[in-house]
Amino acid sequence: MIRLEKRKQPSRFWRIANPFLAVALTMLAGGVMFAALGKDPLVAIRLIFFDPIFSETFASYSRPQLLIKSAPLILIAVGLAIGFKAGIWNIGAEGQYIIGALFGAGVALAFFPQPGWYIFPLMVIAGAFGGFLWAMIPAILKTRFNTNEILVSLLLVYVAERILAAMALGLMRNPDQPGFPGSRDLRRYEAAHNAELFANTGIHWGVVAALIAVIFAYVMMTRHMLGFHVQLAGQAPRAARFGGVSPTRLVVICLGISGALAGLAGMFEVSGPGGQVRIEFASGYGFTAIIVAFLGRLNPLGIVFAGLLLGLTYIGGELSQMMLQIPGAAIQVFQGMLLFFLLALDFQTNYRIRLTKGARA
Amino acid sequence: MRQTLLRLEGLSKSYPGVRANDDISFEIGEGQMHALLGENGAGKSTLVKMIYGLVRPDAGQMILRGEAYAPAVPSEARRKGVAMVFQHFSLFDALDVAENVALGMENPPALRDLAERIRTVSEEYGLPLDPSRLVGELSAGERQRVEIVRCLLQDPKLLIMDEPTSVLTPQEVEVLFRTLRKLSEEGTAVLYISHKLEEIRALCDEATILRGGKKVATCDPREKSARELAELMVGQLLTPPERPERPFGEVVLEVEKLSLKSNNPFGTSLKNISFQLRKGEVLGIAGVAGNGQDELLLMLAGELCAPPGQVRLKGAPIGDLGPNHRRGLGLVTAPEERLGHAAAPDMSLTENALLSGSGRKRLEKGGFIDWGKTEGFAREVIERFDVRTPGPDVLARALSGGNLQKFVIGREIELDPDVIIVNQPTWGVDAAAAATIRQALLDLAGKGAGVLVISQDLDELLEVADSFAALNEGRLTQVRPAKGLTVEEIGLMMGGAGDMHVAHEAAE
Repeated sequence: MIRLEKRKQPSRFWRIANPFLAVALTMLAGGVMFAALGKDPLVAIRLIFFDPIFSETFASYSRPQLLIKSAPLILIAVGLAIGFKAGIWNIGAEGQYIIGALFGAGVALAFFPQPGWYIFPLMVIAGAFGGFLWAMIPAILKTRFNTNEILVSLLLVYVAERILAAMALGLMRNPDQPGFPGSRDLRRYEAAHNAELFANTGIHWGVVAALIAVIFAYVMMTRHMLGFHVQLAGQAPRAARFGGVSPTRLVVICLGISGALAGLAGMFEVSGPGGQVRIEFASGYGFTAIIVAFLGRLNPLGIVFAGLLLGLTYIGGELSQMMLQIPGAAIQVFQGMLLFFLLALDFQTNYRIRLTKGARA
Repeated sequence: MRQTLLRLEGLSKSYPGVRANDDISFEIGEGQMHALLGENGAGKSTLVKMIYGLVRPDAGQMILRGEAYAPAVPSEARRKGVAMVFQHFSLFDALDVAENVALGMENPPALRDLAERIRTVSEEYGLPLDPSRLVGELSAGERQRVEIVRCLLQDPKLLIMDEPTSVLTPQEVEVLFRTLRKLSEEGTAVLYISHKLEEIRALCDEATILRGGKKVATCDPREKSARELAELMVGQLLTPPERPERPFGEVVLEVEKLSLKSNNPFGTSLKNISFQLRKGEVLGIAGVAGNGQDELLLMLAGELCAPPGQVRLKGAPIGDLGPNHRRGLGLVTAPEERLGHAAAPDMSLTENALLSGSGRKRLEKGGFIDWGKTEGFAREVIERFDVRTPGPDVLARALSGGNLQKFVIGREIELDPDVIIVNQPTWGVDAAAAATIRQALLDLAGKGAGVLVISQDLDELLEVADSFAALNEGRLTQVRPAKGLTVEEIGLMMGGAGDMHVAHEAAE
């Protein structure tokens, strides 16, 4: 018989080992999936995890892509992790990402074609504000009416997607090309372009922002009362109230930070790699960032590594789609498996599995 | 000499790192009232769990009426005539009395017959119970009767009772004792677990005392003084707390006609509460659990907000201020639940020192935490209050109850408050630690702070309090000087005595 025993203290070894084990198991199960699709599993795994960085044929294109894909993931995940630590579950970063992009693009399109150094900073502020505003909807509904922030924030993603489509087809459509959906290409509007800062590195302002966010979050969580209160509220809500933490304030702060960072990520994307407001602009960064946050153990430094890994699967996924005709959805399954295995493995951080002989009453 | 009912021979049980029971032997006679005495952690629970078939001994054997007895499961123990009433009731609020009783039986009869039997048995033993009432509506004393009646229906030879009086008023205790004496006269033995010495001296004819997992003595408790028993239990000489006579100063904390709805659907709302606490005064508030103690503490701590003017600290209205604001003004609290409320279980003692000390000890500047200073503060508390722990990096949940309580109360005392409010300061704490905590509270009052102690332990309140009041269903009685109060009067203040008198009359 199998028996579960709660550990006296969570195992430190498994806390660190589990993310690696989850990656290994995902490769294994992913390999089985690729084999079932009739592809060579070894080639597919290599294409996803190794070729984007090490292959001579692909690396020149893929390497800069790594930072381009990872930066928004890290930026969003850092914000989400703060809320997750406090037990506040913002699942709707994707929506905040879209609204942030629309706010940023809106500022740019309003100034078009004027030059001006102040336009891009204004877009940054607008993007963060847009994401913040979108996150305030679940925050206020939760604090006022005790609604569940998981449901509200998630459902608002679909609202945001409809708004995005409406904008791409209506208000923000490029007036010079009325036949096509989508806004003007911001990459061709210098004052609003989030350009690469160093040629062929993929480093744009979003990468810089992600780095700053990581440092900011690290300092906050380890040195600041706010970080202490966040952890307190997540671990022992009653002790938090004893310590004078206001649950309402914490909900607003956590959803606000994660919303603003997701909005920023959306803004940097639409003004740089994405280029324009299109219906298919949202590519799931907001959801993948949830995986990044957990894989990084809700720790800002861990999130950097997890973000790079998941960024890699994006690029590798495109590559394997191109080279092996593996369906695009397979890569999402792949990312999902990663989270699935991690959560399943995390069970043994807190519990010990014991085999016992005979039945027990 | 009466016949031996149960003989324990060399029972031992170890858990990883602890020897819970070490070679324990004694006998319980038929119809005997046998007390099992010991501090928390002395091994009482492990021992009775072995007798009741919840835990298997590592070594030793038990003999019940001349036959080897080794129950593998509680149902086997029950079949052989051993019944147990636990300290924490296992009853379902949403079911009625008869249904609850039926759930605990091996072969319950039809509910209608059972209801009849419950009525008969409960009347016979002076424990009136209406089988059709919902358990959720019963008082703690009545719930205990359900558990006892459930045991009696199975006609036990040995009834084990684990700390039965901790939830009862003095009058309810009297009723329980009469029942137990009647059982004993009829030949049912009772193994009575407690650390309340006066009770044991009043009730039992033999006592076995455990300390640190070993048996230290078997004696007749009526021949020993309470103090002698306590010293056997603790293994050291106890000094009662010193309480210098002192005049009280001006009023520091005042609550006026305050009514407040509980934030918990099963809680007790506060009704029209008024009292004053003066400098240097220790005000004790008694009451059976669940009569508004938690709400009173939350309201005073600032976790529940009240109309500002009805709670005043040194004359200033504070009713609408949060906990940290109140700490800043000099009011600190130590809630009943150590783990999870007064301390975060998975955080270190240093982090827990920050929890309430951040403001008054200036452990943060502009929101940034001075971890060095915080650790220093934690060390200070650990040293001053003799908290037994390897160091301030240890998680709060790794500490024993007594040590964590010393840390929590010590932390608040170190904040040098004008008013301190504590709820159940020595609940589940060993006698030595309890003495330290009580002395620390008295010392603080000696320095001129107002001290408010909420407790269910009357002995504790009589030991430390200058003034006395009781909570009953959210109402606070008038505050009276503690000197000269009799236990009888206190019982009446705690209320709930009315139907108990009726119970006696019905029984006699």
